[in-house]
Amino acid sequence: MRPAIEGWFTTGDEPALVGSRCGSCGHVAFPKETVFCKNPACSGDEFDDVELSRRGRVWSYTDAQYQPPAPYVPRTDPYQPFAIAAVELPEGLVVVGQVADGFGTADIKVGAEVELVVEPLDDELLIWRWRPIS
Amino acid sequence: MSTVAPVTIAGVGMHPWGKWGRPFVEYGVHAARAALADAGIDWTDVDLVVGGETVRGGYAGYVAGSTFAQALGWNGARVATSYAACATGAQALETARTRILAGMSDVALVVGADTTPKGFLAPNAGERWDDPDWLRFRLVGMTNPAYFAMYARRRIDLYGATPEDFAAVKVKNAKHGLANPHARYRKEVAVADVINSAVVADPLHLLDICATSDGGAAVVLVSDGYAREHGLTDGVKVRAISTVTPTFPQTVLDMPYLSTESSSVTPAGDATFKESLARAAYEEAGISPEDVDVAEVYDLSTALEQDWIEDLGLCARGEAEQLLRAGDTTIGGRVPVNPSGGLACFGEAVPAQALAQVCELTWQLRGQAEGRQVEGARVGITANQGLFGHGSSVVLSR
Repeated sequence: MRPAIEGWFTTGDEPALVGSRCGSCGHVAFPKETVFCKNPACSGDEFDDVELSRRGRVWSYTDAQYQPPAPYVPRTDPYQPFAIAAVELPEGLVVVGQVADGFGTADIKVGAEVELVVEPLDDELLIWRWRPIS
Repeated sequence: MSTVAPVTIAGVGMHPWGKWGRPFVEYGVHAARAALADAGIDWTDVDLVVGGETVRGGYAGYVAGSTFAQALGWNGARVATSYAACATGAQALETARTRILAGMSDVALVVGADTTPKGFLAPNAGERWDDPDWLRFRLVGMTNPAYFAMYARRRIDLYGATPEDFAAVKVKNAKHGLANPHARYRKEVAVADVINSAVVADPLHLLDICATSDGGAAVVLVSDGYAREHGLTDGVKVRAISTVTPTFPQTVLDMPYLSTESSSVTPAGDATFKESLARAAYEEAGISPEDVDVAEVYDLSTALEQDWIEDLGLCARGEAEQLLRAGDTTIGGRVPVNPSGGLACFGEAVPAQALAQVCELTWQLRGQAEGRQVEGARVGITANQGLFGHGSSVVLSR
């Protein structure tokens, strides 16, 4: 199994999203910047990798009760709905991900704390997900 | 920015929305001819055609301005084509207005039309690991309704809105659109119908979310000189077209991205992107929200109509449900919203939709919106938002 996109997150016991920090202005971005800083007041073009906080608070959430169209690849036949959360991290940005396997919309609220986990996206690829902390 | 000189709308026209399954060009030409007939202007007088691009018609769709010009019969007019997702029509209108204000065009025809597949709007085929619009489906399964649902959930958790409130928006818009000859859905809907329809993306039901439709809309703009020579000076005026982009950092989750920009180094500004679209429109028109008599807003979902009402400053943040419950946004109320029936009755025909909003407001301000007229309306505003930082707000006045 390998990350769906190399370099977007670490794996292991304490996985984390990997963003970038601009060497000039310090702006943190995910997905990471490699060429231009998005800060209009900055012309920085050198970036350091930075692991983002593993815990954040739910900005909002929903689920996919209808099967999304391709390029989404369903994991089961018949299709099983899954929940999605947008999570605000201490670095001041929101990152969307599916909710961890075994959890649904009933397990989260706006403002609730969640933690990043890495789980299979399909038979080959790994993806980040948000797991409720209870 | 200071106020901008008004530009006259000489004519508007539409092809009815539906699921007709014909090439987009047919809808566009139908709408263009209707708009020219409405204006009483001959096609040979048109010196600029601006097309709203569709991504669903092959090459002809990418060069829509030229496609419509050829379909109407080459007349030597200059052409331009705009693409700005859901704001395409407004950006096309802005191209026409700008050229007229620069004194470089007398009669400009703006056309948008689309033919759509059934179901979720999805990215084009192929593997594109660097395309955010592809990645959101591949990595997360994040459909457009999933974004709408996240905004709706926040209204519930932060402002005490209920699924029944959202259903009431659908009920209202369904009633508004009953007599609209261009609407696709003309049928009354009850709150229970919405609540009992399948949940697509919690908390939104199937009837909370707009369909995708075929349709076409067109607007004819004329210069002051042409309007005077041809007795068109009484026409409805375009007072503002706001197509501003977000400002950094964009801190509100927005299609098609899976993340927002961090506010840790640079704090967020005092207006969200959608608020800034409206502010720029008001500023350019030299009016304020209290001056608005009628609004056409992008109800991609029922709950999004509520967001727009606040973004347009028609009430304070978190108070749109109070307006809804009081009937303020119904025809006959303080500030009717979506008298056309909105996307709830039309479904979305992307490059035509922002123009359809302008067509409706033109009819409203002329007093010609039979069966759905907002009595005495003198000032109207539109609002919409699309992918990749596109959006628009257009102000019209009589």
